[in-house]
Amino acid sequence: MEFFLQLLVNGISLGFLYALSALGFVMIFKSSSVLNFAHGELLAFGAFLFLVLSTWAQLPIIPAFFCTLAGCFFLGFVVERLFLRPLIGEDLIQVVMLTVGMAAMFKGLLLFIFGGDIHQYPDFLPDWLSISMGIITIPAVYVAIFIIGILFLLLFGIFFKYSSLGIYMRSVADNQPAALSLGVHVQRVFALSWAIAALVAAMSGIVLGVINGINVHELSSIGLKVFPVVILGGLDSIGGAILGGLIIGLLETFTGGYISTSFREIIPYIVLVFILMVKPYGLFGLVEIERV
Amino acid sequence: MRKFKFHPCGNFKETYEKDLTIFETDFGRLWAIIGLLILFGIIPFICDTYTLYIINTIGIYAIAAIGLNILTGYTGQISLGHAAFFGVGAYSAAILATRLNLPVFISLPAAGLITALTGMIFGIPSLRLKHLYLCIATLASQFIIEYILVHWEKVTGGAEGIIVMNTSLFGLDLNNDLSFYFIVFASLVIIIIITVNLTRTRFIRAFIAIRDNDQAAEGMGIPVFRYKLLSFGLSSFYAGFAGALFAFYTMSITPEPFNMWLSIEFMAMIIIGGLGSIPGSVFGAIFIVLLNESLSFITEYLMNISSSGGISFTIAPLREFVFGLTIVLFIIFEPKGLAEIWRIIRSNFRLWPFSY
Repeated sequence: MEFFLQLLVNGISLGFLYALSALGFVMIFKSSSVLNFAHGELLAFGAFLFLVLSTWAQLPIIPAFFCTLAGCFFLGFVVERLFLRPLIGEDLIQVVMLTVGMAAMFKGLLLFIFGGDIHQYPDFLPDWLSISMGIITIPAVYVAIFIIGILFLLLFGIFFKYSSLGIYMRSVADNQPAALSLGVHVQRVFALSWAIAALVAAMSGIVLGVINGINVHELSSIGLKVFPVVILGGLDSIGGAILGGLIIGLLETFTGGYISTSFREIIPYIVLVFILMVKPYGLFGLVEIERV
Repeated sequence: MRKFKFHPCGNFKETYEKDLTIFETDFGRLWAIIGLLILFGIIPFICDTYTLYIINTIGIYAIAAIGLNILTGYTGQISLGHAAFFGVGAYSAAILATRLNLPVFISLPAAGLITALTGMIFGIPSLRLKHLYLCIATLASQFIIEYILVHWEKVTGGAEGIIVMNTSLFGLDLNNDLSFYFIVFASLVIIIIITVNLTRTRFIRAFIAIRDNDQAAEGMGIPVFRYKLLSFGLSSFYAGFAGALFAFYTMSITPEPFNMWLSIEFMAMIIIGGLGSIPGSVFGAIFIVLLNESLSFITEYLMNISSSGGISFTIAPLREFVFGLTIVLFIIFEPKGLAEIWRIIRSNFRLWPFSY
């Protein structure tokens, strides 16, 4: 029972991590229909920027955090302007391969600068955040993830539902030509969505870094784990990303706990294939009706 | 005697047969023969072992890239699992040759067929999926096959892999660079001839119709799902055949090389070479293999300098960076790839000096 509960808690925390990583991915997909294979590298970029600012530049934690967010916001703009803008209207395969190429570039660059070792942040989370319930203790980091996750879900929900910018983004995702004809500045929307996505990615990257240590390989492999999560939840649904993350996280820890640790790595993808066969648009995704 | 055919000064094709000819002019035929003579008569005898090794690798990858181009370039189904099929081919060839002691000339095509079957199984999701959903499904098949190769230890030997020794085909030793050269390039030439002719049949024309508009293709009476599966099978057959050649050439196989990175490299080959173009696949294979070789040469050289100079930072990741940069630059500046550049150069020659 104790084992089960510990697995449950681990699964939920892992699930929130996945959900948090998937958020930025969904942002980009929702507004520009781009499948971003470089998402793991965006996470890594944010995590390392925070590392540089907090340990090398010796900034206090809070300014360092906000500087990281600002830096990644800017990075998102640059990436969109340099790489994605020339490809508006191109075939899917070109866009997919472009993000794959970008992933290789970023990963190479980060590995070149920081090497393949695991780095650590200084300890900065206050102790009072950790919760202990009888035999199970939930470390402070996980409580922080939980709070951040809920906060972001609410923020994005409100943003997409009520703000005019969010509505522009949804309109562009839904039908680009129609949005253009109604006077939506599509390119600005794309740029902004990349910037916000990079910001969210940085946030998740920092959280992941606090928990597992910061390692380029580790973080970029999270970028691939995002796929089962978003497919399960529906590619364009933020609530779906959270739920998908939780399900995949629980599935992984329980498989790891009860079946085998190596099977754990593959189970999300088996589920992914199964979902794609049965319910291709996920739990909450927008169903496009089209027959062939 | 028949009149020689040269390039007309415009497009004067009057029949479909003329439009479908492989060699429009007798010059094309001449160049093809000269090319074959150079390929089989000169190159193998002037190259040293290392160069031959690189050329052989190019040959193997070119076969696999042509396969991927059938699936992605002609049928429009993005596949990020090609390396896994390549691996399935390598493993089935190795298992057939070592456990069942089948001769190479049987186990090569048999490996191709087994891979084709695997490819068709993993192509089933294409019934309901297309575009990026299919792309993610093939990514999943890459991970699943990789897992099976590592963990099905009874058959695949796990992480230690299988050793294939002393194989020969028609008296040619497959572990020798020179004799392997003839085998791989004879297969490549045969495969190119078959594929070029396939593009004129209804199969690949149906593939192209599916790529351009699958709804319209269905409307014209093409059974879309059956043709998509066929495309998966055909492309996996090429991958499996290439993988089998790879297994016999490298002698020992482990699951290591058949990872997602190789899938990305295959994808990069056909993007950089040119989607929907057979010479493009070959150009792409040449480009990527040469890029890899020169990058590892340069990083090794720089590592030696930096270690002797006392700076001990690693330059190996720059390889990944340059690789990614090349893909990005090609997609942004020449999305049609090397095949398009080759076409432009050729037409410049043809039109010179009056290019307007």
